[in-house]
Amino acid sequence: MSILKPILDMHPPTSGSLIAVLQDVQDEYNYLSEVNLKEVAVGLGVPLQQVYSVATFYNAFSLKPKGIHVIQVCLGTACHLKGASQLNEELHHNIDIKAGEVSEDGLFSVEGVRCLGCCSLAPAMRIGDITYGHIKLNKINKILNKYRS
Amino acid sequence: MNKEILDGLKQEGLKAIYPKGTKISVQMGTCGRASGADEIYRMLEKELKDSSIILKKTGCLGLCEREPMLNVFIPGQNPVVYVDLKPKIVAELLPFWKKGETPEKNSLMQLNGKEFQTNKKGLKNAPGIKKYNEIPFYKNQQKIVLGNCGFIDPDNIAEYVARGGFSVLYDILTNKKPEDVIDTVDSSGLRGRGGGGFPAGKKWRTCRNVPAKTRYVICNADEGDPGAYMDRTIIEGDPFRVLEGMIIGAYAVGSSNGYIYVRAEYPQAVETLKRSINILRENSLLGKHIFGSDFSFDIQINKGGGAFVCGESTALMASIEGKVGEPRTKHIHTVVSGLHDCPTVLNNVETWGNVPAIFSMGVNNYTKMGTKGSKGTKVFSVVGNVMNNGLVEVPMGMSLNEIVNDVAGGVPEGKKLKAVQTGGPSGGCIPVALMDTPVDFDELTKLGSMMGSGGLIVMDENSCMVEVARYFLSFLVEESCGKCTPCREGNYQLLKILERLTKGEARSDDMETLEELCHTIQNASLCALGKSAPSPVLSTIKYFRKEYEEHIHDKKCNAGVCKALFEYEISTENCTGCKLCLKNCPYEAITGKKDEVHIIHKDKCTKCGICFDVCTFDAVMKV
Repeated sequence: MSILKPILDMHPPTSGSLIAVLQDVQDEYNYLSEVNLKEVAVGLGVPLQQVYSVATFYNAFSLKPKGIHVIQVCLGTACHLKGASQLNEELHHNIDIKAGEVSEDGLFSVEGVRCLGCCSLAPAMRIGDITYGHIKLNKINKILNKYRS
Repeated sequence: MNKEILDGLKQEGLKAIYPKGTKISVQMGTCGRASGADEIYRMLEKELKDSSIILKKTGCLGLCEREPMLNVFIPGQNPVVYVDLKPKIVAELLPFWKKGETPEKNSLMQLNGKEFQTNKKGLKNAPGIKKYNEIPFYKNQQKIVLGNCGFIDPDNIAEYVARGGFSVLYDILTNKKPEDVIDTVDSSGLRGRGGGGFPAGKKWRTCRNVPAKTRYVICNADEGDPGAYMDRTIIEGDPFRVLEGMIIGAYAVGSSNGYIYVRAEYPQAVETLKRSINILRENSLLGKHIFGSDFSFDIQINKGGGAFVCGESTALMASIEGKVGEPRTKHIHTVVSGLHDCPTVLNNVETWGNVPAIFSMGVNNYTKMGTKGSKGTKVFSVVGNVMNNGLVEVPMGMSLNEIVNDVAGGVPEGKKLKAVQTGGPSGGCIPVALMDTPVDFDELTKLGSMMGSGGLIVMDENSCMVEVARYFLSFLVEESCGKCTPCREGNYQLLKILERLTKGEARSDDMETLEELCHTIQNASLCALGKSAPSPVLSTIKYFRKEYEEHIHDKKCNAGVCKALFEYEISTENCTGCKLCLKNCPYEAITGKKDEVHIIHKDKCTKCGICFDVCTFDAVMKV
């Protein structure tokens, strides 16, 4: 029996459910592993090539594990005008990672999103359920330390 | 659900909106919560545990700059809106609210006026509090689609019914034929609010006239334009309005299956919709035999996968089908063959939100608003370098000048307005000289921009228009689905040129190449994303050519934005040696002793700008 049975059972077993299933797998396992992609292909009766194609097309999916805390930096226009690219650089610098990497302790990864819809709070970022706004670059450390402790 | 139950809900709703006792409703849209409304709500929950004061959540009143905000309803009096709140301030004000008083401290306005009255009896004025129609941000707005946002509890169907909700649907299912509904929407002149501006009535009629067993209606809640959050606010603040619009549309075109495609980056909107759809099913307003009629309709929610291109109708439908979001050519339109090759009506959230209002106001009143070619109102998110970042709803035809300066308060910190960007990445920049342009689908297109979904980005004198063009291109290159060569390769080359310009590495023929490439991409791309990608470049070249030439020939960025074209230096005259910049520099690029002029070491400086931001003596300069 597939380890993904609980997820697969929640959706009609057709190719139309592919994106929704992958979203649930991503939420549950933090990324889409090769094993899980194969399970989805078998479970929905969809060629693996198509599953892989969808998994690599949409930004929401990751084929590599993400950090425990995923920092979503808003790169929308309003945030860009208020220094989002600077914020993005400083976050990578503070966590000591390059783009797309996870921090050595597995705690953080950073991804750019377009946009969070909190333009009056530019520049903004979201960690889990919490959205941070009006972020000053010299306050980044304080925010991240809350998650480090 | 029947008329009696609906009337019962109305009475229940009236008592919920204006209860006999005091009520406090906290504005809990995503932006409010990001500003700190969660903490305030939790605090009030604790403090009011043993109190008779009712605590509720509501959506966003639009003045996001001043959040967290809440409304205090003292019985018999206009509700009073409090702004710029922190837990400490709420703790100070709560004793007054408990006594039935509404002090002036942190108050913005009272919600007087017809828009907020539900009873025949008038409400008393709150003493000493400004009125809604005295506040510049609000007085020139005309809230139709946003009419309930920030005022009612979005999860309470009774409150929506008390405000007139579902009486339009009842009247339509009881008294009107589908063709009558289409005629009315046609006469209203409603044009799509998602960016395309296509006449909704025409779309519905075409769909209905295609012989088919199955038709679909879809709500496009992907809202991919960065800087635009109108749809999020409407869904979080008044979801039943959007759903009622969709049910009416489904009846009109003959559909029994609907979808709402919501971007995944809006988790609160997704949850709100899930709850609202369940409530409608429980009340037989979705599902079989709505209002006891022969009409049955249900809605499914699909979450986006983080792809901007899925805001395009054919890509969106491909995504619902579980495929990659690749658009197709539209020689056969989606109204004829769309989702699962069936006739499909796809409309934006705001478009659906207008539908109940067209019927409740009547076409004559609706068409009094707006211009000849653009009837009704438009919701804009006014963001960027502007005093009052927020959401506004204004009649079509209002000038950009009025929106930016009168409604949104103009550019702050004494800076000058430079341009306004409309239409998102598919739109263009309109310079300050053309600010008298009325907001109208066709007028904005004439200027080389477009209405778009409603994002209105205000840019001051410190914005570099070449960098703005580069920013939009980098977004579009990433979001391009890659299917067609002109977009995939052409926009990539456009981006490379713009990157060279911002780095001071321009070639002398870059201007010519830019323009030629833009026109080729516009003509040859498969879908609207590709075709409109050159718009930000062409509009900035048209109105800000001099800036391009300065970047190319002089290697100068006079706005002080392109990092490769300036350096940070510390002024020997202004520096007091306070060490603030030194302490804040994450790269240890600044040295200096206390009370002595500091130095920035250019080999270590990454131009992050922190020193520029923290210095209180204007000693850090861009040279």
